[in-house]
Amino acid sequence: MRFDKYEWTAISIMVSLFIFVGFVQGWSVSLVILNMCIISAIMTMGVNISWGYAGVINFGVMGFLAMGGLAAVLVSYPPIKEAWQVGGSGLGISFILLILLVIAVFFITKLVEKKSHKYWFNGLVILFGLIIIRYFFLNATAKIEEIDPALAGFLGGANLPIIFSWVVGGFFAGGVAFVIGKVALGLRSDYLAIVTLGISEIVVSVLKHEEWLSRGVKNVIGLKRPVPYEINLQNSEWFINMVTWFNSSKLNNIIDPDTKQEVLNNLIIDGSGIFVKLNYALLFFIVMIVIYYFANKAQISPWGRMMRAIRDNEVSANAMGKDIVKQHLIIFVIGAAIVGVAGAMLVTLDGLFTPSGYRPLRFTFIIWIMVIVGGSGNNLGAIFGGFVIWFAWIEVAPLTTFLIEIFTSGMDPQNAIRLHLLDSVPYFRYLLMGMVLLLILRYRPKGIIPEKVRHS
Amino acid sequence: MIDFINSIVVLLNFVIIPGLSYGSQLALGALGVTFVYAVLRFANFAHGELMSFGAMITILFTWFFQSQNIGLGILPTALIALPFGILATIVLGLLSDKFVFKYYRKQKSVPVVLAMVSIGVMFVVNAIIRIIVGTETIKFSDGQKFIMKAKQFKAMTGLNEGLALKSSQVITILITILLLTFTFWFLQKTKTGKSMRAFSDNEDLALLSGINPDRVVFITWLIVGTLACVAGTLYGLDKSYKPIIYLNLVLPVFASAIVGGIGSPFGAVVGGYVIAFSEIMVTYAYKKFFKYLLPESLEPSSLVQLLSTDYKFAVSFTILVIVLLIRPSGIFRGKVL
Repeated sequence: MRFDKYEWTAISIMVSLFIFVGFVQGWSVSLVILNMCIISAIMTMGVNISWGYAGVINFGVMGFLAMGGLAAVLVSYPPIKEAWQVGGSGLGISFILLILLVIAVFFITKLVEKKSHKYWFNGLVILFGLIIIRYFFLNATAKIEEIDPALAGFLGGANLPIIFSWVVGGFFAGGVAFVIGKVALGLRSDYLAIVTLGISEIVVSVLKHEEWLSRGVKNVIGLKRPVPYEINLQNSEWFINMVTWFNSSKLNNIIDPDTKQEVLNNLIIDGSGIFVKLNYALLFFIVMIVIYYFANKAQISPWGRMMRAIRDNEVSANAMGKDIVKQHLIIFVIGAAIVGVAGAMLVTLDGLFTPSGYRPLRFTFIIWIMVIVGGSGNNLGAIFGGFVIWFAWIEVAPLTTFLIEIFTSGMDPQNAIRLHLLDSVPYFRYLLMGMVLLLILRYRPKGIIPEKVRHS
Repeated sequence: MIDFINSIVVLLNFVIIPGLSYGSQLALGALGVTFVYAVLRFANFAHGELMSFGAMITILFTWFFQSQNIGLGILPTALIALPFGILATIVLGLLSDKFVFKYYRKQKSVPVVLAMVSIGVMFVVNAIIRIIVGTETIKFSDGQKFIMKAKQFKAMTGLNEGLALKSSQVITILITILLLTFTFWFLQKTKTGKSMRAFSDNEDLALLSGINPDRVVFITWLIVGTLACVAGTLYGLDKSYKPIIYLNLVLPVFASAIVGGIGSPFGAVVGGYVIAFSEIMVTYAYKKFFKYLLPESLEPSSLVQLLSTDYKFAVSFTILVIVLLIRPSGIFRGKVL
């Protein structure tokens, strides 16, 4: 992982931006942005692995993120026993029936020889199977959703530490990606983009409406944290001592003990928030570095070389005996799994799971802008893109307000145009994102930190 | 017998007429996508925003006309504003082509790059729309809302079930028929239309036989702008205008184009109706329908609904996936992407 001069410049600019925000808007704001930047960077690396290494387009980011979020709920939420009692058997039966149905379809496909017969038989079996399964399934889910609808109404989870969900989320997203890949990966790229976009919409709408599984639009709140709670920190001896020690010079200047105590209390409240965010940042940073390390290793390995060969010339790679379909599937699943990890981390950070919050503009297209802007095919570029774009996404609002204030300073403060512009400040970020994407694609199509050409 | 007619009226009222009008809107949208795909050779993700932009300009002009007390009586004012919306949409399409897409066409970029570029255009247009009109829901249909109310129908025929006919639905269907006839006449009969088909079929050969590519591109944006603006306005007139809806609409529109066979205009129209009818038919509760048809002992106790309405959007993609699995080139053998 040796960086050249250009990359060092990019890294130091980013670091100084965060320090600048820390001084101007406060360290709490800076850390909030940093945490989301790290998560965005992980999503970006996931997309970059499939798109940058192998040229497999993945517009299903939103769906994989949602799967990761689901994992966070299913891993950490305490199980709801009554729900399992009333609905468990029904769900079990429908699950077994579903497996039987799949086996039946598999055998029909094998045994029946004529193609038109095959479609008819399969269609009939699937239709009848689904009608039977529906009966058991709807009964069970209706019972589950009836239990304490205001607080529960779903199956709950496994009551494990939420940090495990980061791995589970990867597996969930990878599993969904495997199914999607099996169906859609034969298609050419712009078709694949539309299909993955569509399937991610299906995934999110399932999570929105299957309340027995994910509580749907009623959202899951109060997920456990992997880091201490502010309120516990504020009451613990060691934390108070630490804050006192950090601010000793400031506190020593205050003579009046009452004022001193008040200042100390404020410092502790501020400090606990920052401490919690720092903990998150540390955890996320470790995950990012680990993924970055392995992604880089994979890129310079023979496997990564093969992926580049497939990306750059599919036909000749095929002629060299590489199984294109299989490799495409593998890399699609790996990329989606990393996005799933990021999805679980996102829900961990928020502490709540809101399926209706997953929108393609925010969770698919912005991530793609990050990849393109950062530099597809370069992991550092992907991370950088994630940081820069998320930073811009947040900081563009105060900046536009500032600019509008300057440009309209000659106008009357109640001028309609001025007020309208100030009202539409949040939408300028879309304008900026679009312009950035267009400019980068036009004048620097390989991204800010382009892929390094390796002749090995 | 009367029960049978009642059941048919139920179906007409809740499935067929809404399906026809929604299908028309999708068909116009999908036709635009297919035109861009066939001639300019990329998947235009910005098409939804183009529709939204057209509808927005139409709304702005509608407001202007309403403030000037210019109207069409029983017809919505939006119909006079529509030509201005079309003009603005065409200008937007041409501008986006001149400043953005043209460069990549000359470079002979791969379609994926152009699709990415169209996402950039989508963001920019989206931002412009939101900056101008915000994100609130806007209702701009005026004039007479219903051609026939359910009550009137009941009084007229003496049936148990009413049949409501919204004027926006009738306008949608009529304008669609008009526009589709014109488009197909243009493609099949005029010289320009033929040259466009030739260009889409084999670019090199068309260039060799002296077809001016810039002119073909220009005409394409004329048609695409018109179709997009009309589709967007009709959708807004029928439901209500909300900028965010058009982003969600772009996926069913793409699904329609692909299901029908992308690059094939006729396929796009059929695809639009296929998607619209399946969305409505799969999520409609048939209880009332069967109540009239079946004897009382067999009357269904449940809603007889295949999927809950929550899955409306999911239906179109499921059809898309199934079509791609069984017949990747779509119903009417468009280009295999």
